[in-house]
Formats: sequence, C-alpha cells, structure tokens
Amino acid sequence: MRLNTQPNLTDPDTFYAALTDVHRQLDKVQSECVNARLILLLANHIGNVDVIKEALTIAEEIE
Amino acid sequence: MQNTYKNPIYPYIRSQDIDSTQPVHHPVIIVGAGPGGLALSIDLALHGIKSVVLDDNNTVSVGSRAICFAKRTLEIMNRLGCSKKMVDKGVTWKHGKVFFKNELVYDFDLLAESGHKLPAFINLQQYYFEEYLVDRTEDFNEVDLRWKSKVTEIQSSAEETEVTVSCPDGEYKLTCDFLLSADGSNSNIRRMLGLESKGQVFQDRFLIADVVMKAEFPTERWFWFDPPFHPNQSALLHKQPDNVWRIDLQLGWDADPEEEKKEEVIRPRIQAMLGEEAEFELEWASVYTFQCRKMDRFIHNRVFFVGDAAHQVSPFGARGANGCIQSAENLVWKIASVLQKQAPYSLLETYDTERQHGAKENILNSTRATDFITPKNDMSRLFRDQTLKLAKQHSFARTLVNSGRLSMPCSYPESPLNSSEKDTFASDLCAGTVPKDAPIKVKGLDDWLINYLGNQFVLMVGVNSSLNAIQYEELEFIKNNLNISLLLVSDEPIQHFENALGINIIDSSELIRQRYDLSEGTNYLFRPDQVITGRWKNLSISVIKQAKNKALGYELENNYVSENNNHVEAAQ
Repeated sequence: MRLNTQPNLTDPDTFYAALTDVHRQLDKVQSECVNARLILLLANHIGNVDVIKEALTIAEEIE
Repeated sequence: MQNTYKNPIYPYIRSQDIDSTQPVHHPVIIVGAGPGGLALSIDLALHGIKSVVLDDNNTVSVGSRAICFAKRTLEIMNRLGCSKKMVDKGVTWKHGKVFFKNELVYDFDLLAESGHKLPAFINLQQYYFEEYLVDRTEDFNEVDLRWKSKVTEIQSSAEETEVTVSCPDGEYKLTCDFLLSADGSNSNIRRMLGLESKGQVFQDRFLIADVVMKAEFPTERWFWFDPPFHPNQSALLHKQPDNVWRIDLQLGWDADPEEEKKEEVIRPRIQAMLGEEAEFELEWASVYTFQCRKMDRFIHNRVFFVGDAAHQVSPFGARGANGCIQSAENLVWKIASVLQKQAPYSLLETYDTERQHGAKENILNSTRATDFITPKNDMSRLFRDQTLKLAKQHSFARTLVNSGRLSMPCSYPESPLNSSEKDTFASDLCAGTVPKDAPIKVKGLDDWLINYLGNQFVLMVGVNSSLNAIQYEELEFIKNNLNISLLLVSDEPIQHFENALGINIIDSSELIRQRYDLSEGTNYLFRPDQVITGRWKNLSISVIKQAKNKALGYELENNYVSENNNHVEAAQ
C-alpha cells in the first residue's frame, strides 16, 4: 500500500475548520499535546508503518 | 547489608600446569566464570570438549545484577541440565501495572502461550544463576575451573593463543587452540589486545536498590513514569526470590552517585513508592550508568568474544545475560565441530555473522525502551507523555508504551548456514528460528519436545504409525550414514518400532502438527544449538545430506572441496 496524496477527504472545508477550531482556545503547549495525540490516533488508524513512514518523509522534506 | 544470600567461596586448587617447563596446551581456554564462561564450559563438555576456565575471583556475582532470564535462556539451561533449579528458585510475575504521574494508567496480564516446558521468563538473582552453573560444572571431568587465576598477558596469532596466568602460587603460561573471552563489559582480554567495543553511553544514572519486604506485597511489576515521589524520572519495582524486591530509580545525569547510595537518601523515596505502611530492609544499593555498544568483530585471530565483552546493552528489555547465553550457545557447537574435524574452520566465521545480527537486534530493542523511558528531547517527551495519557482509555496506545519488553529469542533467517525454503508451511517458524516446544508422549510417558533437541543434528520427521520397509531403510541411512538423530512423530505408537532407529514421539496435544505444520513426510533439521536449519514437506536423503553439510559450513565461500567429496577442508 502507498500513501494516498490524492484528494480523499469527504468534506475538506469542514475538516480544516475542525482542525483549527480545536486549537482556538489552547495555548502553545496544549496545542502541541493535542497534535501529538492526534498523530498517534491517526497513525494507529492507518496501521501500515510503511505508509506512515512515507508521510513522515514528505512532511520532513518540505521546507 | 546483604542478608538473604551469602556468596559461596570456591577453593583455589593448585594446577599442575604451573610445574611444567613448557606452556601446557589446551584445546579451549575460557576467561571469566560468569554466566557466559560457565555456560560455554558446560556446553563444550556436553560435546566432549575439555576446557580450562580462568577467573580472577573465587565466587559468583556479588550483589544484584541480571535478574530476568527469558524462555530461550531457560531452554538452553534445560539442554545444559540446570534449568530445574533455576525455575524452582525463580519467581514469575504475570500481572503488571503502569503508572503515569499520580495515576494508574493501566494494568495487564501477560498471557504467555501454553504448551511449553519452560516459562516465558523467571526473575532470579544473577548469583543464583551462576551458582547453579558452577554446581553443574562439577558433573564434568572436562571442565577445569581455576579460581583466583587472572590472565595478565596474552599473545594472539592466527594459529594459537598464549596467555600468562597469575595465581596464588605464582605465574604460568598456557597455550590453546581457542581462547573464549567471557570476561565482562570491561574485558581485560579485549583491552590487552587493543580492541574496542563501540557505541553509545547514555547520559543518565540509575539507582538499583534491593529491598526485603516484611509483609506480603503483591507479585506484580510496577512501572512509574514521572511519579510524584520522583518527579521527571522513572521507577520500576519487581520481585525476585527470597522476598527481595528490585527497585530501579532513574536519577538523571547530574546526580551524585555517592550521595544517592546513602541509606538516608534512598529510604524516603522507596517509602513513597511502596506506601507509608510498607516495612522493608534495604539489602543492596548501587548506582550505574549504562552503554549500548559492541565490537566490530567478535573474532580476533583465534580469540572469540562472548557476552558483555563482545556486546553490551542497557538493562531495559532483559537482553544482556539473555543475549550472552545465546552467543555462548551459538559458538560452542561450531568450535566443537571444528575441533572434532566435522566442519571446516570457516564455520567459526558464522559465529560473528549470526551474533552480530543478534547483538544489533538486542541493542536496537534496548535502545528503543531506553528512549521511551528517558526521552532525549522535548518533543520525544511530549509524545511519550501523550502516549501514556491516551493509554488510560485507548488500548492501541498501550502497545506503544515501552518500559522494557520481554526478551525474545534471536532468529537467523539470513544465515548462510540455512537451506533455502522451497515448500510452503502454515507455521511462523522457518529456517533460522529456534524451535517451539510442545507437550508430547514418549514410551507412554508425558514429556516435552525440547528435551529431545540439541547437542547434535536432529531430524524430526512426521510418520504414519506403520512404517514400510523402504521408509525404514531411508531413516536408517540418515541415522547411520549421515549421523543425524531421528525424532519420528506420529499420532499413534509406530508398530514394531526398533528403538535403535530413534525416538518415537507421540504428538498427544497435536501441537507439533499445529506449530510445525507437520504431516506425514514433513521433516525439520535442527542444528546442535536447536536452531532450525532447513525444513521440507517430503523426505529426501540427498536434500538432508546437503543441508547438514551446508549447516556445517561446507558451502561457505573460502572453502574448497577436494575431489573426494567426503573429504572437505577449509582454506585458511
């Protein structure tokens, strides 16, 4: 399996709003904690470590 | 301070070698009578090989060191004939708790697979482990154990090794074909040969404290991340025999070891861990730092490095002593085969290839546990802490919590000694893995498969209870001409079975069938260290013959095969 980088979200605008709304009332440390938990939850959902590694590489390489 | 164990003092015995004008030659000299050195000497004796064991002290390990011995180590000890004492004395915990800050995150039960003679692990103080090994050496004339004998000089060449031994009666020299250096993490042999063990020193200090509880305390493993009684650090509590509890407290790099070892400093911390009501005696305390490092090569001329001398790991994950015993087992049958001219010299090189792989795996696993327990930067700590927070409600996060995992046996799927797999098996074993045990019946009595593997090449074959004449002839050929012991596995006792042919194993639990995907004709070839070296769905004498030769190193590069196929020599 490969990482899907084609459009895949059922509702991109709603997702994006939900993501930013979560952080609206949080300070920097709280936001970092939420992000960390989110990464862990989503990674487990993806399950395949090779796919996650591909995502890590893309995330790391973009300036 | 130590009240539960009194170290035995072993007698120094004057060796006749000191009277010789010429250095006396021995096939094998082992330096260090720790877990590795003792296991080497017993295993060599089982192969009929004599060894001299030199140790500069005259007792077993002083104080608390290794405590967790995993199933594979116990299986090796079973083969060496000393697992029973260890298992009888050792304790096992099944239940554990993980705490984060001031709350219980989760508790767990270790659900070990059933149908194995040996438990998944035992906790046992290293001094008992060594004492039982010393006891076992006394059963063998082949083991010449010399206490108070320190190697002070070493000369190593491609042909042999010469050492100078210093003992209470003076100095003498010895030569040997093979010198096995099992003299620990600060190996003198390694230092004298100018060799290095390289790796990572962790910037942290830990306090080990052994305490004796005065009242009942649950037999559980408790691990705290960032506990209120010891902020920003970690703490571990688990049980050893004699009602002794091992406590590991992370101290941080800036801690003063001398200060931290003081009873008045240790006591309040432990009291906070155990609760105000707990009454305890402090038995032992020491402060340590640790390293994950290994030598680039475990072989130097005819000197072989084993255990901590060759490879050292952090204590998390129980891969120090367990890794050491697996290295010792890997080396012995190879040395025995070469000394008995059953194998080319190049077989010994595979000790390095196979155990470098094992050492890397052990270092990787213990480093991962260490990095989880002591995060190396702010973001690692943040992920660690959030993993623990999620773990309270979400089971997936518990799989990420790494406070040291159970030590799993090393497997060698890439070993050049393996025969490649051509058949398909519904089994998670393969060439290069250690066997899986199973309850069996032999001659009507309950027994275990593991008792019949090792010390020689063993072929396990699935058979029908009525063997025909051709099968009998083939099996006899394998036994007598290929010199391989036979385990014939059937559902019912084989009719008119001749005991000289081998052992008839009844798969009474059907676990062999299940774990090995074994049916009639299926056969597994095990090396003398029990590792599976090849497996096939159909029996073929020529395939087995080739597989045994391959496992003995005859197909390795640098070998040449002379015209007479039965006579094979190694190129040096």
